Amino acid sequence: MRFWARRGTVVLGGLTAASLVVLVVLGLFVSDPDFQQGDAVRLMYLHVPAAWVSYLAYGVTSLASALYLWKRTRAQAWDTLAGASAEIGVLFTGLTLVLGSLWGRPVWNVWWAWDARIVSTAVLFFLYLGYLALRKVPADPAVRARRSAIAALAAFVDVPVVHFSVEWWRTLHQKGTVFDRELNPAIEGNLAWALLSGVVAFTLLYLYLLERRYRLAVMEEAIEGRALDAAIAERRAEADVVPV
Amino acid sequence: MTLLRQALLVAGKDLRIEVRSRVALNQVLPFAGVVLLLFAFALDPDRGLLPRVAPGLFWVAVLLAGLLALSRAFAVEGENGVRDALRLSGLDGAAVFCGKAMAVAAQLLALEVILGFGVVVLYDLHLHNLGVVVAASLIATAGLAAAGTVYGVLAAGLRVRETLFPLLVLPVVAPVMLGATRAWEAALSGAPSEAWPWVQLLVVFCVIYVTMGWLAFGPLLEET
Repeated sequence: MRFWARRGTVVLGGLTAASLVVLVVLGLFVSDPDFQQGDAVRLMYLHVPAAWVSYLAYGVTSLASALYLWKRTRAQAWDTLAGASAEIGVLFTGLTLVLGSLWGRPVWNVWWAWDARIVSTAVLFFLYLGYLALRKVPADPAVRARRSAIAALAAFVDVPVVHFSVEWWRTLHQKGTVFDRELNPAIEGNLAWALLSGVVAFTLLYLYLLERRYRLAVMEEAIEGRALDAAIAERRAEADVVPV
Repeated sequence: MTLLRQALLVAGKDLRIEVRSRVALNQVLPFAGVVLLLFAFALDPDRGLLPRVAPGLFWVAVLLAGLLALSRAFAVEGENGVRDALRLSGLDGAAVFCGKAMAVAAQLLALEVILGFGVVVLYDLHLHNLGVVVAASLIATAGLAAAGTVYGVLAAGLRVRETLFPLLVLPVVAPVMLGATRAWEAALSGAPSEAWPWVQLLVVFCVIYVTMGWLAFGPLLEET
């Protein structure tokens, strides 16, 4: 088991770094400021990709949890993957909220608005924070894996309910622009490229972080197992020298 | 024994414990009453704010008191090896889930009736369209009890359950809080037709978590 120098990881890391450089160049230098939002629009090249990555991460967590619960595909690896992905998801959800807040101040003139999508993102943040807290509770790996998988799915099925409830409650946020066909031309050329490069860069970053976090978790588990083996061997050695 | 009989057996057991120990009556109910008083301290009663926000305050009070009732529902299983007895009893996991959720729902409903009198008297709330108010409350309570029971058994037996359980369950039941409050507001402001989408949302929530508990409770009970 090695942490460093898997060729695939190195290539992925290199690609991630390169795509982040492209994002910086496109986002800060090539793209024009928005005619209404000015330079604040550049925050969108981080905010939107961060939101996308958090959804992607929670999707992976849910899928991995379902695969763990399904008997035919049950493997500890799915549980490890679910945990690793959820951690990144929470990180990027937090980032989404902070970046949105920084953007909202100059554009909406408030740090926080009680808008549907903001509120449901905040609920999502706390939902998965709870999931991570549950994962941190020490337990037998198999027990913890099953409990975590059920908790992940219980949180996942809540997401649409939260979404619709908050949506009905209030709506101020601008509608999704990229996936709306009628509005698609609304994003101007080089802004769209900057946004796209942001999504690509953050997706690569997600994959890279996921691989690193997963590998780290596997090694943590191995260390725990080794410590246990060592302790057992020590007790055995003690038992050998005790006079009968 | 049918699932329903098993569920009623479990619910009866839990309710009997509550009737005899009177923890809900002597501790949870007064707690909810204090919460109602605290809201009045926070929002000056002279400004006419309280009647307008009473539905929200009512449901926050129900939620906070409900957390205590739910923790209690699983604390009684932790003592004297009751959980092992429950596992050995041969009762179906789904039935145990329904039974525990029913017992919690019954306690919550009793609490809501008394708290309802509380908000009418203390916050000067005028009740209209009682049918809608009652329907929304019933279905919201069922949803709260179901989701709370799922997360209750998830956290049961953990050393950190007192602190972990609220963090797990509150974001999940946020839509119930929202839906029940809006339904009440719509009914009380004389527009009961606006309450129905919210009641539907509450029904969907309830169905989701009853299904979840039905499927997952057995395996979770095995492990705690």
